[in-house]
Amino acid sequence: MERLLVSNGLILDPVTQSVRTSSIYIADGKISAIDYQPDGFQADQTIDASGLIVSAGLVDLCARLREPGHEFKADIGSETRAAAASGITTLCCPPDTDPVIDEPAVVELIHRKAAKAASTLVLTLGALTDGLKGQLLSQMSALQAAGCVGISNGRNPVPNTLILRRAYAYAANCGLTVFIEPDDHWLSAGGCAHDGPVATRLGLQGIAVSAETVAISRALELILETGVKAHFGRLSSAHGVELIRRAKERGMDITADVAAHQLFLNEMDIGSFNSMCHVLPPLRSQRDMEALRQGLKEGVIDAVCSDHQPHDPDAKQAPFASTEPGISALETLLPLTLRLVDHQVVPTFSALSLISSRPAEILGINAGVLAVNRPADLCVYAPEQEWQLDPAAMLSRGKNTPFAGWHFSGKVRHTIIGGQVVYCT
Amino acid sequence: MANKPSRQTDPLIGQDSWNIQLDSNGRLKHFLTIEGLGSQIVTEILDTAESFANVNEQRMKKVPLLRGKTIVNLFFEASTRTRTTFELAAKRLSADILNINISTSATSKGESLLDTLQNLQAMLCDMFIVRHCDSGAAHFIAGNVAPHVSVINAGDGRHAHPTQAMLDMFTIRRNKGHDFGRLRVAIVGDILHSRVARSQIHALNTLNTGDVRVIAPKTLLPTDIEDMGVTVFNDLQTGIRDADVVIMLRLQKERMQGALLPSEHEYYSLYGLTEERLSAAKADAIVMHPGPINRGVEIESRVADGDRSVILDQVTYGISVRMAVMSMVLGRQPEPNESGAN
Repeated sequence: MERLLVSNGLILDPVTQSVRTSSIYIADGKISAIDYQPDGFQADQTIDASGLIVSAGLVDLCARLREPGHEFKADIGSETRAAAASGITTLCCPPDTDPVIDEPAVVELIHRKAAKAASTLVLTLGALTDGLKGQLLSQMSALQAAGCVGISNGRNPVPNTLILRRAYAYAANCGLTVFIEPDDHWLSAGGCAHDGPVATRLGLQGIAVSAETVAISRALELILETGVKAHFGRLSSAHGVELIRRAKERGMDITADVAAHQLFLNEMDIGSFNSMCHVLPPLRSQRDMEALRQGLKEGVIDAVCSDHQPHDPDAKQAPFASTEPGISALETLLPLTLRLVDHQVVPTFSALSLISSRPAEILGINAGVLAVNRPADLCVYAPEQEWQLDPAAMLSRGKNTPFAGWHFSGKVRHTIIGGQVVYCT
Repeated sequence: MANKPSRQTDPLIGQDSWNIQLDSNGRLKHFLTIEGLGSQIVTEILDTAESFANVNEQRMKKVPLLRGKTIVNLFFEASTRTRTTFELAAKRLSADILNINISTSATSKGESLLDTLQNLQAMLCDMFIVRHCDSGAAHFIAGNVAPHVSVINAGDGRHAHPTQAMLDMFTIRRNKGHDFGRLRVAIVGDILHSRVARSQIHALNTLNTGDVRVIAPKTLLPTDIEDMGVTVFNDLQTGIRDADVVIMLRLQKERMQGALLPSEHEYYSLYGLTEERLSAAKADAIVMHPGPINRGVEIESRVADGDRSVILDQVTYGISVRMAVMSMVLGRQPEPNESGAN
């Protein structure tokens, strides 16, 4: 297998909190040495990383690739290429495809297509209930055997609490982590914006914070009783963060993430009906946004994800409530997270761990760490390179971003997965 | 008029959607919401309506201001009063008017709003008057029409119904004079679902009304409504005390289904405007209602038909106000980028 040398890069390792100019020697898909050249190492390819930061490849906890079922929006090939160009080396795909990931065959289909695309590694979450309908248990063990790293019902409701309790217990039995997107279906149904002054002014149906907190509270009690390992994804509110904080203080083994856009946008960004800001959970108040940042700072929130949801142009071309929710977000995951450093929310080391080592731990995968014998998944970026986001230039087929025209610094130059250069400018 | 330079915008960020209603000279190009218009334009609409009110009182009710212009009433939601007053207003201004009622079934056939719009635009008209069940629909349409086409919002979801609010302001001004600063106005009823209430609140605050109140049960009040510049009351008696203007809102029958209220009867017993309750307001208070009224649900017949009711005047004034808005929007000097007009 090819040997690769990444020379003279600025190596940031969030785990050891070290930074130094050094070289990384890669062979057989793994990091064979850092700093010192192993005996007899002959590089087949060398990347000059002078002036560039070398970090572990990014791990995205939630990205929808729209395949199978919604190929008119995007597909595994297009989206993994966009991910690779954004420094993401592993991403995790939730089960709400069409058909739903509740059959091993669907898992295999996704993995096969991802392997063929040969860009970012794709992981899958299996459905918690059959067809995500919230009625019957899915074949969790079979899904696990097929490669699912966890189990989730997405934002689909499980109305009967007893069924939810049994599903958690069964997942615990399989040793599967449950990935929860906390949402009380009845409190959020029909809503499209945070239940606050902006929704009131614009006449949009609001989604109260209780839609999130009621769901978190219900889940926490069931997690306590069943002992299932659980991760809460896409927190949006100060009260939600507070519930997670208290649960962690009680010693519960849970983790949480937030979508990057929730840290930079709030209800005010809807302006006068900007459909690019139609997301679920909704953009909440300035206060909620600050609490999410504080949660990251204090480690209550463990990771940042993209919550990538690419759309076809028509999906956003309608009156606000009739547009489809979601942001095409792979390409803003790294730049937004780096901006948290500029805003003094977290230091650079922590910022990178929020999108690499921490999500890898949550997924239970061997990734996200720069160390000898670890997989050679690297993101090499130019920290000072300024650029402006132009939707037309995005690699994702979804151009739906509220960050059009934003100026960012930090641009990915090379992405390496398993020792193979999958992206290079 | 001095030519204001148009604002430089970053092409990637696009146009400032707040100013979509105004052209680069600050004139009314679309009429979508009262929010952000400023008292100058709001007052201009009222003054212009005043001059048309005189026209409407004459035997020959027609003026040739908009001769040759084509206006399309584009109603995605049923309406009788609003549609007919717009039609009458257009006819009195000598414009050609076309009524198109697009039932929801048309869109459920798969045609998107944008497709419908493009088809109609091909008919080369100058103005769309739009009613739609989605909040923001008028903004969306205004953002997607050809540069020479203007849009008037005739009600979008729960968001805005600006011509209704303007005719309400006109009615208040005719009855209570020009100084809104000394007025106490109470809006009573289903604020949560009401586009009329939202537009009235913006209009009243733009005109610097002394005290704007909303009165409703907690289930029919939107969150943080105080932020729009109103005082909230849950009790009708306290809320209408010493009011100069009492505006009643229609209660839709379907509100019982969503568990927002137990019954019409209970609503009437708590929030129905009766002669007795109205006595808490000022002796010369006027009673308004955007219609259609539900007698015995939100208002007693004696009040609706009583001498303090100006409900039918509102309908009459609606024509003058709509003539004013149409003439201001279509009577502008078109800007260079609006060329391509028929």
